[in-house]
Amino acid sequence: MSGHSNWPEWIYVAVVIALMAWVGAEAWETERLIEHVPEDAKIIIVTGQQWFWTFEHEDGTKEIGELHVEVGKAYKFEVVSKDVNHSFNIHDYVVLMDAIPGRVNTVWFAPDKVGEHDIQCREYCGLIHYNMRGTLYVTEPSS
Amino acid sequence: MTLELQKPRPIWQIMFSTHHTDVGLLYLITSLTFLFLGGSLALGIRAELFLPGSQIIADSMTFNRIFTVHGTTLIFLFIIPFASAVGNYYVPIMVRYKDMAYPKLNAIAFWMIPPAGVLIWLGFADFTWYATPPYSIISAPGPAADMWIFGLKILGVSSVLGALNFVVTILKCKHPDMSIGQIPLLAWSFLSTSLIIIVAIPTFAAALLMLLTDRLGVSGFFNPALGGDPIAYAHLFWFTFHPEVYVLVIPAIGMMYEIIPRFSRKPIYSYNSGVFAFVMLSIVGFSSWAHHMYATGMSFTEKTVFMVGTLAAVPASAMHVFNFIATMWNGRIKFSTPMMWAVGGIALFFSAGAGGVVNSAMPLDFTTHDTYWVVGHFHLFVMGTIAFGSIGYLYYMFPYVTGRMYNETLGKIHFVMAFIGTVLVFFTQHVLGLYGMPRRIYDYPPIPEWIAMNQIATVGAMIIGISMAIFLANMIYSAGKGKPADTDDPFGLGGKYYYPFEAKNPSH
Repeated sequence: MSGHSNWPEWIYVAVVIALMAWVGAEAWETERLIEHVPEDAKIIIVTGQQWFWTFEHEDGTKEIGELHVEVGKAYKFEVVSKDVNHSFNIHDYVVLMDAIPGRVNTVWFAPDKVGEHDIQCREYCGLIHYNMRGTLYVTEPSS
Repeated sequence: MTLELQKPRPIWQIMFSTHHTDVGLLYLITSLTFLFLGGSLALGIRAELFLPGSQIIADSMTFNRIFTVHGTTLIFLFIIPFASAVGNYYVPIMVRYKDMAYPKLNAIAFWMIPPAGVLIWLGFADFTWYATPPYSIISAPGPAADMWIFGLKILGVSSVLGALNFVVTILKCKHPDMSIGQIPLLAWSFLSTSLIIIVAIPTFAAALLMLLTDRLGVSGFFNPALGGDPIAYAHLFWFTFHPEVYVLVIPAIGMMYEIIPRFSRKPIYSYNSGVFAFVMLSIVGFSSWAHHMYATGMSFTEKTVFMVGTLAAVPASAMHVFNFIATMWNGRIKFSTPMMWAVGGIALFFSAGAGGVVNSAMPLDFTTHDTYWVVGHFHLFVMGTIAFGSIGYLYYMFPYVTGRMYNETLGKIHFVMAFIGTVLVFFTQHVLGLYGMPRRIYDYPPIPEWIAMNQIATVGAMIIGISMAIFLANMIYSAGKGKPADTDDPFGLGGKYYYPFEAKNPSH
């Protein structure tokens, strides 16, 4: 070193490393909890294609551009694509998963309030990418 | 170096020269040309997004082409050639050698850039700078896409040739009396950067060839219809381009290491920690590439590994910031234009890094990924840190290149406007991302928060635009008609002592 004591830098680096270790540990713990899919989650197959979303429920009903789910239930999305990469996104519920041709990616959520939310594509997919949007309707349980 | 513009020569003498300052001048002029071209595209994008609906760009395909060429231009045709310009001027002098190690190779590496730029601009591809398959294979219109691929191919070869030249110049041609521990930090930054380029670029070069043959239909590496995997491309691409982020940022930090001690009139706080941080960054830069891919369906373990690899780069970056602040501490600071740019650049570097920690934390990334948060985040690096460091260094070099002084007041106005504009555009875009606006969209629904934030960002971009016009006028006017500079002490720091590298090669 250039003749002077360097202890402030060592303390500073130690603080930064401690901070990063804390961020990493918190993120690890949160992600571990988030990735645990409830066993009673209903499966919805989400298909992205240029430039709309199709949703297929467990009972075989299909919706295009709209998705109806019931409040208080857990849903597991199986996200697939028919052509190019898309990314299925319900921003209000932090649902984000890429739709990649040849792969089935899963992500789950459990809506906790009745309401309407935007569905959008967050991966560039060409001409109408900007308008590859849909609506999520969270409704009261039917029975 | 002062000689080029003071004693005019026919332009072909500069163009066909292999001398390092001539090649440096060519790099400089080319990179600045592309800075203004790419910057104008950014203004077009911002004007379009001022309000929902179509404003000045007729259709989404044109918009997609514009942001693709904007990104490609500013990364490959402004930032990298600008760093090469600075390296060409200064590295041989800093290692006390008469020229670059291979002067002809140096000129060849430069002359590959203009044709590549022409290919990219004539093609005007639309598949984003990431050229994501399968879109780029089955959906992107040719020949634009193929021209982009060839342009990038040429640029890759050019930067590998340039990097080899820097490595040999620094390691083999430095003066025998100098040890590697005595070369300035700017030269160290070029050594680290060049080594990263040599390791990282071949991967993308291979991916580009595979992309091209996929487009021609003779292979299916990344085409799921033929059994390929688009995620393989993502890995190859980011294995090159995450380290490439450090290729872009390290020379800019090296430039700040030249500016900050001079204008603080103090030696660097710790040379060794600067070197250590450069070397650390160039190593850990290779451990984080897949943090761009959390949402592609990676397993929990993969995500954890790459999160740790990403967080590992933070202490090394933070060491640079510490080094800068400790150097300025108790210094007799003179806030001339270059110093203002360097200090502003450090502030924005810190902000960009802090935002990056959020992206790297797995659960938070699902909020920010592919939204305007990411756009704001990396622009704080490329604009706030790299362009700020580069422009500051350009002001610092200006008296040595032209023998004349730029207008100091206009330089300061340029800085203040650009700084305010950068904060307005890119800090706002972070917030816009948290509201959920995706990247790369031509039009957006009339959500009040989105409109407000987009308008703030557009106003900020226009402020930057005006400041860059002032910059251009200042550079052109001062190069021809500015006050003759006192090349012993152009910034009035108090003596020749403050300028160990005058950019005049003593061997010539």
